[in-house]
Amino acid sequence: MNAPFEGIGASVRRKEDLRFISGRGNYTDDINRPNQTYAVFRRSDRPHANIVSIDTSAAKSAPGVVAVYTAEDLAAIGGLPCGWQIHSKDGSPMAEPKHPVLAEGKVRHVGDPIAVVIAETKQQARDAAELIEIDLKDLPATATVTDALKSGAAQIHDNAPGNVCYDWHIGDKEATEAAFAKAAKIVKLDLENNRLVPNAMEPRVAIGDYDRHTSDYTLFTTSQNPHVIRLLMGAFVLGLPEHKLRVVAPDVGGGFGSKIYHYAEEATVTWAAGKLGRPVKWTADRTESFMSDAHGRDHVSTAEMALDAQGNFLALRVNTLANMGAYLSTFAPAVPTYLYATLLAGTYRTPVIYAEVKAVFTNTVPVDAYRGAGRPEATFLLERLVDTICHDTGFDPVAIRLQNFIPKDAFPYQTPVALQYDSGDYFTTMEVAMKNADYAGFPARKAAAAAKGKLRGIGISTYLEACGIAPSAVVGSLGARAGLYEVANIRVHPTGSVSVFTGTHSHGQGHETTLAQLVTSQLGVPFSQVEIVHGDTNRIPFGMGTYGSRSLAVGGTAMVKAMDKIIAKGKKIAAHLLEASVDDIEFADGSFKVAGTDRAKSLSEIALTAYVPHNYPITEIEPGLDETAFYDPANFTFPGGCHVCEVEIDPETGVTSIVNFTAVDDVGRVINPMIVEGQVQGGVAQGIGQALLEHAVYDSNAQLLSGSFMDYTMPRADNLTNISVATENTLCTHNPLGVKGCGEVGAIGSPPAVMNAVISALKDYGVRHMNMPASPEKIWGIINAGRKAAE
Amino acid sequence: MPQVTLTVNGKTSTVEVEGRTLLVELLREKLGLTGTHVGCDTSQCGACVVHVDGNSVKSCTMLAVQADGSSVTTIEGLAKADGTLHPMQEMFREHHALQCGFCTPGMVMAAVDLVAKNPQGLSEEQIRHGLEGNLCRCTGYHNIVKAIDAAQPLMHAK
Repeated sequence: MNAPFEGIGASVRRKEDLRFISGRGNYTDDINRPNQTYAVFRRSDRPHANIVSIDTSAAKSAPGVVAVYTAEDLAAIGGLPCGWQIHSKDGSPMAEPKHPVLAEGKVRHVGDPIAVVIAETKQQARDAAELIEIDLKDLPATATVTDALKSGAAQIHDNAPGNVCYDWHIGDKEATEAAFAKAAKIVKLDLENNRLVPNAMEPRVAIGDYDRHTSDYTLFTTSQNPHVIRLLMGAFVLGLPEHKLRVVAPDVGGGFGSKIYHYAEEATVTWAAGKLGRPVKWTADRTESFMSDAHGRDHVSTAEMALDAQGNFLALRVNTLANMGAYLSTFAPAVPTYLYATLLAGTYRTPVIYAEVKAVFTNTVPVDAYRGAGRPEATFLLERLVDTICHDTGFDPVAIRLQNFIPKDAFPYQTPVALQYDSGDYFTTMEVAMKNADYAGFPARKAAAAAKGKLRGIGISTYLEACGIAPSAVVGSLGARAGLYEVANIRVHPTGSVSVFTGTHSHGQGHETTLAQLVTSQLGVPFSQVEIVHGDTNRIPFGMGTYGSRSLAVGGTAMVKAMDKIIAKGKKIAAHLLEASVDDIEFADGSFKVAGTDRAKSLSEIALTAYVPHNYPITEIEPGLDETAFYDPANFTFPGGCHVCEVEIDPETGVTSIVNFTAVDDVGRVINPMIVEGQVQGGVAQGIGQALLEHAVYDSNAQLLSGSFMDYTMPRADNLTNISVATENTLCTHNPLGVKGCGEVGAIGSPPAVMNAVISALKDYGVRHMNMPASPEKIWGIINAGRKAAE
Repeated sequence: MPQVTLTVNGKTSTVEVEGRTLLVELLREKLGLTGTHVGCDTSQCGACVVHVDGNSVKSCTMLAVQADGSSVTTIEGLAKADGTLHPMQEMFREHHALQCGFCTPGMVMAAVDLVAKNPQGLSEEQIRHGLEGNLCRCTGYHNIVKAIDAAQPLMHAK
């Protein structure tokens, strides 16, 4: 019997599942250290206030309390650093106010940590935290970018006048204005991209540990990038060198961006563990997650398209206000600039574009990258604008897209907003999506729904995203303070099994499976003989982690480079053993063969020889079969595609049901189709959540109203339907696997498809645009107002 | 402090707890059964679902003292002693019904109870309705619904 095919292209069942389905996962909260203490943070319940006094005496003498710390105690450590520096139009660097680990003199958002209690049990810490007396003097607060920019608005940071972080632009302003001046038609749309809470199901956890004998620190944390945390926390906050600080991110229960950033709790527990000489464990409850995990989106924009009489896009002008929240989170300044405005060409050959982006501080939780990060905002703006053009002018939404797509033969395609797309075919993804969605049959379905008293709508969205983050020199020139390469160490053991040490991190993506498939295909090692190791700075040489759909395009390519070195070395050993010239050795299917003969050595024979080098070319090469590669990508990768959504609205309740959702994506070469399908389905579910259900709501005083699962509407099984997923792939031209990335496409393409469908269903009610989420309340209000007007 | 005696996955234990200790805290912290997870603090997410006397229960919603004398099954106790997986576990793996795995124990325990209590069979809509109390952020539920549907005949055939 032939072994099942388990290499590139096979829907291999996941290695990691066995432990997860039997309760044997090892998440951070499952870890307990001997003699452990528990930390509970006392957080601000006010959005903006001066701290008049903090009295910790009652808390300190409460049962079981080991220590209580405030900002005063942390005076010697640094603030939480930001990983990017954006420059404003005038060349000045962005305002970069200090982000203290614990609030210093002032609180700036609900949830801002003021003090930490460390006690023998979690209950004791929780009880004592209540005993801290904090006298706050309220200041006026703002939650929205528009309020924060008003003259006379409360100043959140002394060194950010007018609450502006930066005022940035991209593109050719004069050429854009010239194109607008000669346009036959200009369509303008004001729109908002709603603030979201990522809500990975596992709340954040951090455990600091300290060894008095060696003075080594260990941080166990729910992170997407343990080396990045080691770098940021070690170098900028605590002043610990790399060799004295180990960061472990074991099984992590979802991230979606929210676990990229270095958070205050990580620094606090690590510092406190050193101070106390005991492990310190902090586990967020969900309420804390809502007010301390970085939020996503929150843009207010104006978009204008200039068209000629035939519907060709002549120029795009965009003005966006981006909410940064109260402090700059790790990636925050990059999101509305280099992950958003550079994407405004989308799938279209719009010849000139000009975008202005103002980033604004408010009294809200910091905003940073959430699944898609900037690209969903760009796609929502473009695809709503295209449908609004059709609404205003009568052009057909399919025809106008086809007419303006970047032609298939135009790649590589240089956009007017910096990016150069290497490959893509937006015609085919749209054609297949329309076929799979039975777009042509929609009028009949609409009529059938109308006969039942329901409103049906259909919406299309096409998108282009930039991922595989990122070429270091490019992002460095744009303001990144780090490189964004990836690292892989491939260790072929003496008997031929393989351990891969990758700098990427899996928190649901299935790397233990997909990356093992790469090894099976490239080295011919059976899938069961490959282990993928990630998430521990003491085991993995280095790495930048997982976000921006980079694990395969960047991390997988680093693995291929390391495997190329393994094969090159193996050829030399094989040449020696087979008494042939290195040039005559071919490697395929796990076997080194003298070309044109049947003389061969298997990889495991070569590995054994490398570790037991009795008959070995020892003067030419070293023993061992263990290679490391750093790979820096030449460009971003550019997945794209088309999503079609069909909705039915019940006019009696305003409730929207998704009746069909069809995604056709170009994600480059697919390693494991089952996993790709799952990634797209999950992303689409989050996009549908954004479009119909989710909204992080602050009141006018900057109090967080949707602060729990009781108030923040997470998509549930009965809010969703089956999601049809297909791929129509073109290969990435600059990485050897031809891969692009699939983690974010679902969340990027879907929100405008849903909203275009909702607005199409409400066509008879004169709806031109609606901001997300399209809640039953909003829709019922529109329908009811329409009915009243008709009466 | 109150004492609680309960049988978990076939093993009887007596433990001292505070009155306010939740069943999930007893399982995770006193008995070391960390397969049961805590994903929220408002009994919304269902990551903590276990079976108490044959019924699925959100173990963050039940005080440990309320479980005195009960028989509890957690995800660790679902497979047979020889390691043979329960059909629901098998189908979750077969249909890629999990990604990060954090909601999975509660999702599997809720699904087992849902299917067991409905021997007449459940439609896709009924499965989706039955899963309302369990949140998953990774999968979009699509494959979870498929897995549960596929587990129905396997569970009822036994």
